[in-house]
Amino acid sequence: MTTQNKVAGAREKADKYTEFVSRGFGKDLAKRLGLPQPVVLRRYSPQAPLVEGPILVLGQGAGSDGVSRLLLDWHQDVRRHATPKEKLGAIVAVLDELQHPEELSATMLAMGAALRDLKKNARIVTISRSALASDAPAVAAARNGVDGIVRSVAKELRAGATANGIVLAEGIPADAPSAMSALRFFLSGRSAFVDGQFLTASSLGAAEQPDWEKPLDGAVAVVTGAARGIGAAIARTLARDGATVIAVDVPAAGDHLAAVANEIRGTALQLDITTPNAGQRILDHAMARYGRIDIVVHNAGITRDKLLANMDNAKWDSVIAVNIASQLRMNEAFLASPNFAKNSRIISVASTSGIAGNRGQSNYAASKAGVIGMVRATAPLLAEKGGTVNAVAPGFIETDMTAKIPFATREIARRLNSLQQGGRPIDVAEAIAFFAQPAAAGVTANVLRVCGQNLVGQ
Amino acid sequence: MTTPTTPVNESATEKFSVKTKQTTPAATTSQRRGVRKAVIVGGNRIPFARSGGAYSHCSNQDMLTAALDGLVARFGLADEEIGEVAAGAVLKHSRDFNLTREAVLGSALAATTPAYDLQQACATGMEAVIGLSNKIKLGQIDSAIAGGVDSASDAPIAVSEGLRAILLDLNRAKTMGQKAKIISRIRPKDLSPDAPSTGEPRTGLSMGEHQALTTAQWKISREAQDELALASHKNLAAAYDRNFFDDLVTPFRGLSRDSNLRGDSTLEKLASLKPVFGKSLGDNATMTAGNSTPLTDGASAVLLASDEWAQARDLPILADVLDGEAAAVDFVHGKDGLLMAPAFAVPRLLARNGLTLDDIDYFEIHEAFAGTVLSTLAAWEDEEFGTTRLGLDGAFGSIDRSKLNVNGSSLAAGHPFAATGGRLVATLAKMLHERGQVDGRPARGLISVCAAGGQGVVAILEAR
Repeated sequence: MTTQNKVAGAREKADKYTEFVSRGFGKDLAKRLGLPQPVVLRRYSPQAPLVEGPILVLGQGAGSDGVSRLLLDWHQDVRRHATPKEKLGAIVAVLDELQHPEELSATMLAMGAALRDLKKNARIVTISRSALASDAPAVAAARNGVDGIVRSVAKELRAGATANGIVLAEGIPADAPSAMSALRFFLSGRSAFVDGQFLTASSLGAAEQPDWEKPLDGAVAVVTGAARGIGAAIARTLARDGATVIAVDVPAAGDHLAAVANEIRGTALQLDITTPNAGQRILDHAMARYGRIDIVVHNAGITRDKLLANMDNAKWDSVIAVNIASQLRMNEAFLASPNFAKNSRIISVASTSGIAGNRGQSNYAASKAGVIGMVRATAPLLAEKGGTVNAVAPGFIETDMTAKIPFATREIARRLNSLQQGGRPIDVAEAIAFFAQPAAAGVTANVLRVCGQNLVGQ
Repeated sequence: MTTPTTPVNESATEKFSVKTKQTTPAATTSQRRGVRKAVIVGGNRIPFARSGGAYSHCSNQDMLTAALDGLVARFGLADEEIGEVAAGAVLKHSRDFNLTREAVLGSALAATTPAYDLQQACATGMEAVIGLSNKIKLGQIDSAIAGGVDSASDAPIAVSEGLRAILLDLNRAKTMGQKAKIISRIRPKDLSPDAPSTGEPRTGLSMGEHQALTTAQWKISREAQDELALASHKNLAAAYDRNFFDDLVTPFRGLSRDSNLRGDSTLEKLASLKPVFGKSLGDNATMTAGNSTPLTDGASAVLLASDEWAQARDLPILADVLDGEAAAVDFVHGKDGLLMAPAFAVPRLLARNGLTLDDIDYFEIHEAFAGTVLSTLAAWEDEEFGTTRLGLDGAFGSIDRSKLNVNGSSLAAGHPFAATGGRLVATLAKMLHERGQVDGRPARGLISVCAAGGQGVVAILEAR
């Protein structure tokens, strides 16, 4: 019980600096000195409203009308035109019909005029189409222009507000279920630490009406590395969303694992994922105990940092074995099993180190970039049966591990993103829980960064 | 007592006779008709730690709660109401009068789970398993957790008898004058605390000294004892290495393997140790720290159920608890060694079930001391013991040593008294389940645990 309380307590606390500059003298001082002013981010709870305030929908055409109708169905306060001085909870810019960069100006200037009226922790979401090599150059220019817009606006926003985009594959309407599941994710507190990022809706997605309260109800999920930190948060979040969770970790972490499993009424499976039959053991446990397996979250990972010049066999090989080789082997077992066939979900935890690289982490970056490659190549294999596979790449997340970084280094690492603070394990977990939803059926092969728009990498 | 079904000879009328307590297998079957099975779903223990080590500052309640929580997590039993939980500790504080219930309340189990403490020295865990199995068999409960815990590190220390009498009198005194008078009775010798010991109250001898006498009586060599100790370490280490304990042990306080385990031990190292028990025997002293179990801290728990309860929750079924038997010997008058009761319990138990030693595929004979195991085996192989003490026609029999303690036992794992039974039952149940069928019948295992006070509790498990 003590452990559980401790973990829950840690989850609620903002870092000291954020607390200091959030009110009173500290807030005043930070403003005068031009210091970073991170705010306490709006995070998801099943009871909280989707967005705090009216949503302004910009853009013309069937797409924007469809999106507006859907937001009304979700009982949101929708505006098609900004009312000066009215504080907004979100702006959704529907740009799915862009043909030329010149068409951007009307929508973007309307958005610009409304930016000053955004509430704290507001959201900007664009909906556009992917720019393809086969597009007419002007069309591709317009579509790719949105990329630059989102990433720049995200850097301009303050006070916990974020800007993200949804990219539609050819032929997918703006109000397709897959796009709407992504829109809901971006608008909600689930995406608190996701900033300047895109999600691609590659197919229509699930047709049935989703249960937004308990989206994973009835599903059985496996989470590796679930004993602590991000893995424990993932296990808790999937359980909160209705899933029955099999918490997996190495036998040596069994005591923490048991505490997590008992807290979420799941089961603990002590298993080293590098054992050759780990995938089969997970399948056997899931089938024997629950008769199904729907979601696999590959979270377990290790770091053995060393400059490449000083690298040894043990450090290189163990990182590759745990972080990527084990996932490849387990996925083979899952994909071969008839029990992991329909609408299954695989979500891997990658890392911003695998995208932007990191000094002293060549082995770790190899494994995490490897995860991204694996995800993209596995997507077509799962798509045949309606399954998806995605990766989440965390940036600086406040965990026991990052708490050990020396103070000054940690303070700098924490502020080097648009939200000027470290993320929390729950932020990574929320992104994973989104990919696991039945509503996200059309969202596959994505690599979503949960990094507060870290200044390095894409 | 059941009427003997066959005439008994004069020498077999002793109170330890096999035949005086024997019922025929046919009668047993008919008696059992209508009685359902009790099955073992699985078990959990924390790694055992040498006393004064990793769990020095843990209470029995801490450890038992951890063992329960690990079991709950393994089988997804959070908030589940279990029929009954029974566990105990040999070294127990008086404040722990409701130790097991308190551990249940601190665990993830439903607070509506009843629990009771029991204590039968080192056989506590075994008796918990057998007693609860019987309740399941009778249909009184559908599920149960049997456990045990002991801490030699956090042992209770009492005030001396003299001081205790004075303090109680002081409590009853009414006037200041009376109180002053009573306090003046305290003498320096009264202030020395009374620590628990493994000494037998009736003989004043420690368990080790008792076993040293038995070891010498059965002429067990030092080499044989060291070989058994070495095998225990090697077997336990090998079992850990092939991940056998992944679903039997949950780490605790930074320990993920038993801290007494010495997988790299050698006969040479063991041979170099000086005898610690039976030193009065001079050159015949054979018992060392290497072939005796150390004082240990730890806890274990076993999940028992009816078939229906386990199946309704899609839980595994590893083995049936077939039958159990207790015995005691008159060690006070020197008739038998202190730890020799299983030598009598096992023949009775097997006879009642129509079985012989050859029908057993795994033997788990608790290694209180290597000498205990070897003395028991020697007694069974001894013709005179068989005829005069067991009332048989000859020696009871010998066992195939390759079936003995194949995944190690107490010499390597350590022996937190009340927790050993749970360790043995869960380990054997898993071995039997993995073995499955032998010659077209379920694999069978025998557990034998000796206990202080000249007692012993044994049981048969059968694979599922």
